[in-house]
Amino acid sequence: MNNLLELILASILNHNIALVYILGMCPLIAISTNVKNAKGMGLAVILVVTLTAIINWPIYQLLLATGTEKLALLVFIITIAAVVQLLEIFMEKFVPSMYNAFGIFLPLITVNCVVLAVSLFFVNREYTFGETAAFGFGSSVGWALAIILLAGIREKMAKISDLPKGLRGKGIVFIILGILALAFIGFTGLASI
Amino acid sequence: MNWIRLRYTKWFNILKDGLHRNNPIVVAVLGICSALAVTNRVDNAIAMGLGVTFVVMASSAVVSLIRNFIPSKVRMVTYMVIISAFVIAVQMFLEAFFPNIASALGAYVGLIITNCIVMGRAEAFAAKNPVRYTLVDGFASGMGYTLVLVVVSIVRELLATGSILGAPIMPETWPNWVVMSMAPGGFFVLGLLIWGIREWSKFYETN
Repeated sequence: MNNLLELILASILNHNIALVYILGMCPLIAISTNVKNAKGMGLAVILVVTLTAIINWPIYQLLLATGTEKLALLVFIITIAAVVQLLEIFMEKFVPSMYNAFGIFLPLITVNCVVLAVSLFFVNREYTFGETAAFGFGSSVGWALAIILLAGIREKMAKISDLPKGLRGKGIVFIILGILALAFIGFTGLASI
Repeated sequence: MNWIRLRYTKWFNILKDGLHRNNPIVVAVLGICSALAVTNRVDNAIAMGLGVTFVVMASSAVVSLIRNFIPSKVRMVTYMVIISAFVIAVQMFLEAFFPNIASALGAYVGLIITNCIVMGRAEAFAAKNPVRYTLVDGFASGMGYTLVLVVVSIVRELLATGSILGAPIMPETWPNWVVMSMAPGGFFVLGLLIWGIREWSKFYETN
């Protein structure tokens, strides 16, 4: 149990999937212009990543048992697309308020590499089922934390800062991300993965 | 005089778009994950760039071949399946012939699937154009991507270790900037590169 808590803590802070492993950058940059959207995207990612990690683990064991683990990539991608589609249909039907809040972010998640990366990492690191679920949850919370932090900074910055023309928009985002990443590297040694 | 006329052909313009005017990383800011994660060493960057170029060209060609038979509702899934088939091929090739690079890149080879450049070219170009143009377009986008990757990785490896591809460049007393081989170094170098190129080409964003 301690082990799992440590894994969650490590994947949120010192092994943050966005700022240390540099994954999921496209949506991180595109959807971080205001905090409200960033929150929606963050929640949707937490939901989808945790679900797909839990679903992909038994499927991978099945592939291992039949000796077809080379096809893992293809199978993972299809599972992810299917989960996202099902989740969208389910939410539209049963929880329309939730669907209105972050339904538009769901289709975008299929191309968010965090989802696939979590599945590939548990294969590489040979996690057990419990560890996979903890890692998936922790990583997605870490990603949500990163996007909300970035959106907060960008929102303030858009109002008060006077940047050189070439640095406006995407350029400054990378500098902010670099500084945030430095801060997260400061957590090194806090917990091991 | 032949080369002057060449400048106005479709071939030449597609090539120029991918390399320069629509460079996937610097202008469109797509496919950043792998661009930053693998550029701490030059050889990894070259392997990744060539892998992506191959996948873009091959998957665009296949998409373009069957573009008239794909129902538009399931086209995304079809693209995904085609792309992942080629990515698996790249992964197996690297494992068989370059095991060192394969283990250094790790999960990032598999993540070529979710690289927006590949999907973007399939959707924006290959779905509407004949095969011969998609090959040029895929090559141009892939090379534009490789170019930026190599530039970023040269800066990072030089500052982090004082050498490029194992050959020492900096004097003996060079203090290694270890942070350059970690995530923040990648962010800073790419941010400054984008700034420089946009000032140079006068491509500004409004907000």
